[in-house]
Amino acid sequence: MINRSSKKLLLIIGITTSVILWYGLVQWTPFKSFNRLPDPLTVIIEWTSTDPDYGLSIFSKDYYLHILYSTYRATVAFFLALVLGVPLGIMMGWRPNFNAYAGALLDFLRPIPPLAWVPIAILILPGDEPAVIFVTFLVAFFATTLNTLLGVRSIDPDFLRAAECLGANSSDVLRDIIIPGALPTIFTGLQIAMGAAWFSLVAGEMIAAQYGLGFMILESYNLVQYPTIVIMMATLGIVGYSSSALIRFVGKRMIRWREQATGMGQGLETR
Amino acid sequence: MLKQLQSALNWRGLVAISGFFLTWYLVCALELPGFSEIPNPLEVIQMFVREYALDDHYWLSWVTSFQRVLYGFLLAQLFGIPVGLLFGTNEKFRNLFFPVFELLRPIPPLAWVPMSILFWPTNESSIIFITFIGAFFIIVINVFDGVRDIKREHLWLALSLGAPRRVIFARIMLPSVIPSIAVGMTLGIAITWDVVIAAEMIASDSGLGRLTWEGYVSSTPEVLVIGMISIGLAGYLSTKLVNVIERKMMPWRRGRQ
Amino acid sequence: MSAAGSISVSSVQKIYDPKGASVHAVEDCSCEIPSSKFIAMVGPSGCGKSTLLNMIAGFDSPTTGEIRLDGELLVDASFRTPPNSDRVVVFQNGALFPWKTVLENIAYGPIVQKTKTREQAEEEAFELLRKAGNLERIANAFPGQISSGMQRRVEILRALINQPKVLLLDEPFRAMDTVSKSKMHQHLLDIHHNLKPSILLITHDLVEAIFLADVVLVMTTRPGTIKLSIEVDLPRPRSKEMILSERFIELQKQAIAAVHEEARKAFERGEKELA
Repeated sequence: MINRSSKKLLLIIGITTSVILWYGLVQWTPFKSFNRLPDPLTVIIEWTSTDPDYGLSIFSKDYYLHILYSTYRATVAFFLALVLGVPLGIMMGWRPNFNAYAGALLDFLRPIPPLAWVPIAILILPGDEPAVIFVTFLVAFFATTLNTLLGVRSIDPDFLRAAECLGANSSDVLRDIIIPGALPTIFTGLQIAMGAAWFSLVAGEMIAAQYGLGFMILESYNLVQYPTIVIMMATLGIVGYSSSALIRFVGKRMIRWREQATGMGQGLETR
Repeated sequence: MLKQLQSALNWRGLVAISGFFLTWYLVCALELPGFSEIPNPLEVIQMFVREYALDDHYWLSWVTSFQRVLYGFLLAQLFGIPVGLLFGTNEKFRNLFFPVFELLRPIPPLAWVPMSILFWPTNESSIIFITFIGAFFIIVINVFDGVRDIKREHLWLALSLGAPRRVIFARIMLPSVIPSIAVGMTLGIAITWDVVIAAEMIASDSGLGRLTWEGYVSSTPEVLVIGMISIGLAGYLSTKLVNVIERKMMPWRRGRQ
Repeated sequence: MSAAGSISVSSVQKIYDPKGASVHAVEDCSCEIPSSKFIAMVGPSGCGKSTLLNMIAGFDSPTTGEIRLDGELLVDASFRTPPNSDRVVVFQNGALFPWKTVLENIAYGPIVQKTKTREQAEEEAFELLRKAGNLERIANAFPGQISSGMQRRVEILRALINQPKVLLLDEPFRAMDTVSKSKMHQHLLDIHHNLKPSILLITHDLVEAIFLADVVLVMTTRPGTIKLSIEVDLPRPRSKEMILSERFIELQKQAIAAVHEEARKAFERGEKELA
């Protein structure tokens, strides 16, 4: 068993080794392709400088502008997916007839990768911005619907039967059994949807947007501003992770009963 | 009664899909706002039959895209499964490298495109690298979860029966992890297709993604739609293939239902 | 307390048709649950006991035959009274809603049927908890925080607050240890003694069946029918000592002989449980 302090030590060694590896690959290997990569030191200096060579650091306004654009698009797409996907998923999980129609249609459309939708979206929707948001929405929507559907299906049928015995009608069952019962899986689905949204947003921004983190990554490459590429990648990682963490946090608050249940009944046991 | 139910499900699905095509046709024929440039289904079929069904270049695009998917996917399995197993079984390795792994995981695969292009000598290898990245993280996480879920009782049983570590690894761990590998594969193949198509659109001159993009850029939307449908079909076929492999990997699951 | 109902099952047959090979779950099954009587049903696994219970509860319909409640048609091949609070089920694996507190669970029936306001229903639920042995302290706990014995008691209270005509218990104590189980037996006996609902208990435990019931029905293997009806003439209120009495042991012998014969048949046929 490894104790706590050595765990921390290993963590530091791991990260340090990776960074040194990165640095080494860039500076010391004879391959030309490696040498073109930005090295960690340059990236960090650039990221934290008050007067960055390429205009983007934590002190520059434009940096936050790009973050804002990307976050805005991701958030809008995510909420649209939530508002449309959860009810649809519930309907599909609850009513098998509905599922027969909707499921076939979704299975038919789902295999098409998000980026393949971009050109069509640009043609149909007014402007590039809605097209990018639409494509992001689509991916999140499929993920949300699927997971909600699974969540509803995973509800123990005995709960539904018990509710019926006790005199619940359809809307009671929906409100009191289906939604609370599916909620944990729905939240897992929402985290997945958020990840999927970022995935597809970056692709969309690379192809068809002005401003935004994905756009900047490609742009920095085109403008030969290589350290900025890494800055943007890291920022994407941070923002993406935070959004998933936020959803997880909200989920935990809303599903208090599960958290408390894992306390395994200590203290309330009777003889 | 169950058989009737099954056939009933099928006809409803057909109704839904037919409804979709009908709507598409009407929306284009009526030239609703935004849809004036979109070809209707008949025009698409016509163009396909006329120019693409027998065109070598078209089918070559299929092969190219499939190849990229295959290489990236296989590489991800090749590296991902061992790394996942290591994370699950070796505490030192996990403490050393899991944090780095988790730091890199939230970065969307396509964000790696420029780095990949700078790093890899050929265009093809840079695309395959990104495909690899897409599936790699998913496989590792799923295998890692699979190892963690192995019932301690199984391990203890083997130990109490005197099995050496190598045997425990081969005879208990690996088979227990197979379902997780299967899940990772199913999730991974969808992501792999998404990544390949995106990479082709952004940074390549061949493949189904490129075909679709060219349809857009050259203002021949029929080609665009042909591309989309081809991609969807290819993705669907790949998923079915993975499902078949999955079923072969887990013959004990057949008894369900 | 509304009058306890009486159930009569007449020549009920249930045929399932999974993948074309029709399965006769229940065949020509007839029995009675007289008003305020405690009936136990035993038999080998998969013999159709739960099927019958599901039909009485309204989750399923017979292929032929009929079931009546107080003389009124409950279910037959073409008509099914949907599940309602006249016949409430307590399930094998427990079906307390994990996301509602104990109090909210118990009060659920009257609230959703709109026979009481939320305050009234929760007050009554609280009273029931208190009377059931000073359980009011778990009123605000979630089901996941209390032991399975307490969960079962809460589930029975949740059923009883609706004053059902028939209480249907589908192997409710199956997964419990002996000590908790015997406490539950006492609770069930007290409920039957005080409130006098009609009760149908499905169980594997022969001692439990004889100890609790007025009549023990032994079901045959698939296709299930009533093989034997054992009248339990032990005096009420029942007490633990009766289990060792001569009469009890005699009744046990009858039941064991009948059940084991059926169990052997089922084993030889290599039968798998339906559900």
